[in-house]
Amino acid sequence: MFRRERSIPLRGSAAALCNNLSVLQLPVRNLTHFGVVHGPSAQLLSAAPEGVPLAQRQLQAKEGAGVSPPLITQVHWCVLPFRVLLVLTSHRGIQMYESDGSVMVYWHALDAGDASLVQAVFARGIAASGHFICVGMWSGRVLVFDIPAKGPNIVLSEELAGHQTPVTDIATEPAQGQDCVADVVTADDSGLLCVWRSGPKFKLLTRIPGFGVPCPSVQLWQGTIAAGYGNGQVRLYEASTGTLHVQIDAHARAICALDLAPELLSAAEDTFVHIWKLSRSPEGGYIEVEHCHGECVPDTQVCGARFCDPSGSSFAVTGYDLAEILRFSSM
Amino acid sequence: MGPYRMSGSSPGRNGERGHPRQKELQVQGQRSVQVHAAFREQQNWTYSLTVLNDIISTMFNRKFMEELFKPQELYSKKALRTVYDRLAHASIMRLNQASMDKLYDLMTMAFKYQVLLCPRPKDVLLVTFNHLDAIKGFIQDSPTILHQVDETFQQLTETYGGLSAGEFQLIRQTLLIFFQDLHIRVSIFLKDKVQNSSGRFVLPVSGPLPWGTKVPGLIRTFNHKGEEVRKAEFKHGGSYVAAPKEGSFELYGDRVLKLGTNMYSVNRPVETHMSGASENLAAQTQESIAPNPLAKEELNLLARLIGGMEIKKPSGPEPGFRLNLFTTDEEEEQAALTRPEELSYEVINIQATQDQQTNEELARIMGEFEILDQPRRSASKGDDLLAMMDEL
Repeated sequence: MFRRERSIPLRGSAAALCNNLSVLQLPVRNLTHFGVVHGPSAQLLSAAPEGVPLAQRQLQAKEGAGVSPPLITQVHWCVLPFRVLLVLTSHRGIQMYESDGSVMVYWHALDAGDASLVQAVFARGIAASGHFICVGMWSGRVLVFDIPAKGPNIVLSEELAGHQTPVTDIATEPAQGQDCVADVVTADDSGLLCVWRSGPKFKLLTRIPGFGVPCPSVQLWQGTIAAGYGNGQVRLYEASTGTLHVQIDAHARAICALDLAPELLSAAEDTFVHIWKLSRSPEGGYIEVEHCHGECVPDTQVCGARFCDPSGSSFAVTGYDLAEILRFSSM
Repeated sequence: MGPYRMSGSSPGRNGERGHPRQKELQVQGQRSVQVHAAFREQQNWTYSLTVLNDIISTMFNRKFMEELFKPQELYSKKALRTVYDRLAHASIMRLNQASMDKLYDLMTMAFKYQVLLCPRPKDVLLVTFNHLDAIKGFIQDSPTILHQVDETFQQLTETYGGLSAGEFQLIRQTLLIFFQDLHIRVSIFLKDKVQNSSGRFVLPVSGPLPWGTKVPGLIRTFNHKGEEVRKAEFKHGGSYVAAPKEGSFELYGDRVLKLGTNMYSVNRPVETHMSGASENLAAQTQESIAPNPLAKEELNLLARLIGGMEIKKPSGPEPGFRLNLFTTDEEEEQAALTRPEELSYEVINIQATQDQQTNEELARIMGEFEILDQPRRSASKGDDLLAMMDEL
């Protein structure tokens, strides 16, 4: 059972995007950082336990030329071996900052290239894998940036070609130290999932088709892929083989956010947030799913949801038009 | 309703028995008033139809539509309000600032409701088709305008009919950015319980699901061979039913979706409530304190858009037809005075821009469509007719 905790007020309401909440846990400093996209700006704030807000900062999308200020698509903290960077993607490019958002260390402008006049050009989907940061594009390409231990010497290392439609989300997990282990999953608007092995040169291991239903949110944990779809379904796959293990008719509207560690959190535009317990069955080796908890956020189209601690005993939620971060913790 | 009263020698209502000539005048006067009222109603009805025809034919004018269909970014709130103002003045109808503001508020909140409540992103197109269907109902007797609307339908199908679910999701998300933080309370929505007193729309957790979504509640487990090994249920908290069928995207068809159909088909109230309607002022004012609130590109875009409109120039003795969305003139004046600062719409003042060249270009285009403010005077045509009737 979860109970509602004190909300954290936001300067600007959350935009109707997917994966619109990033959380950086800093247990050593007893702090939690939250990142939410408002529209042309994103808000970062840090809070003490009990949700007491301490500091906040607003970041703008760079390059204001054009009819209106460019819109931000996502904001996400990337935890790398020696540093943490904050990445912001927009309809103009990719901005990378020191983790508190104080200094921009890298700017990558999008190349509209061969995009037709009717195509929207943007970057979306951010994840860290080892010392790389992967960022998805409207074209389906995934840019892989090599990040040094410190300083602004960030280099575009590779451009992955696996998707034909805009990338929606990217999930990673630390490689388990063996060969051929899938540690990166990319998802797109057509529902296609690409499973990769990271390295100096990324290798595409397998593809899981989506049949036209978008996959706005994907997670990877202990070799299991959790994918949320536009038709409200959550599916769990074996990352190395792409085999479907579980299919949940979880929500009544499009799923907008997932989190996984070790429980699975799913949130959708139907105002519901669900928590699921995952386990591996002893005999068959297949994954079992059990529903733990469902929370209705009345009259709110949820757009972001994350666990706030490693054990999954608390989580936070953002909703479209809502100027606060809702917090829940288990009793 | 008979406009004529029987004249006769029976006493008047209050039993007065005055000079015969005086009573005759009295009866005549009463008859005049009733004829006048009936005629006024007829006049209003004729004007309404004229206004509808003019606005709809302006909106669906080919040049205007061509501009609208060009790929472009989301309009700023100022730009949209300016276009809306021009459109509302495309007929002999006139609105004062307060009524214009209210009309725009109603339109904005109604459209926000429709976009927000769309079960699946592609339903935004069905909402638009519902709009067109209702519009066609207003102009059934005008084949020219009907044809214009059908052509627009065709264009919509060509442009949007083939978009993917992901592309519609992006369109819907972008539209929702335009409506972000608008919480004006609309009487008709409050009454129907689709909006609550905070101004937020009610999102029901029951009812029909989007086309393509299954009823939540089932967990299916498979083994490595792809065989289903377990089926379990969970309580999802809502009360949903599968959609009966998919709405039609054809020129004629059952859209199934009710969003976008005429909410005023029965006589409904038009009040809106201002207080507490605008949250996050800090976020909002950020947009308006930019040094040049309108980029040069936006001015050009507006100029082309408005240039494509055929604005009716009121000519000669054509009377003005003023629409007041409040109950009395005094209420309208009061509304204008007490409208909260943060909710006042700024119609773009073209003269105030710095860019000389763009300014001249715009002034030229605007000059071609100068709207003259009509002084209020009684309908001269009507007076003539009235005089004729009195001689009967």
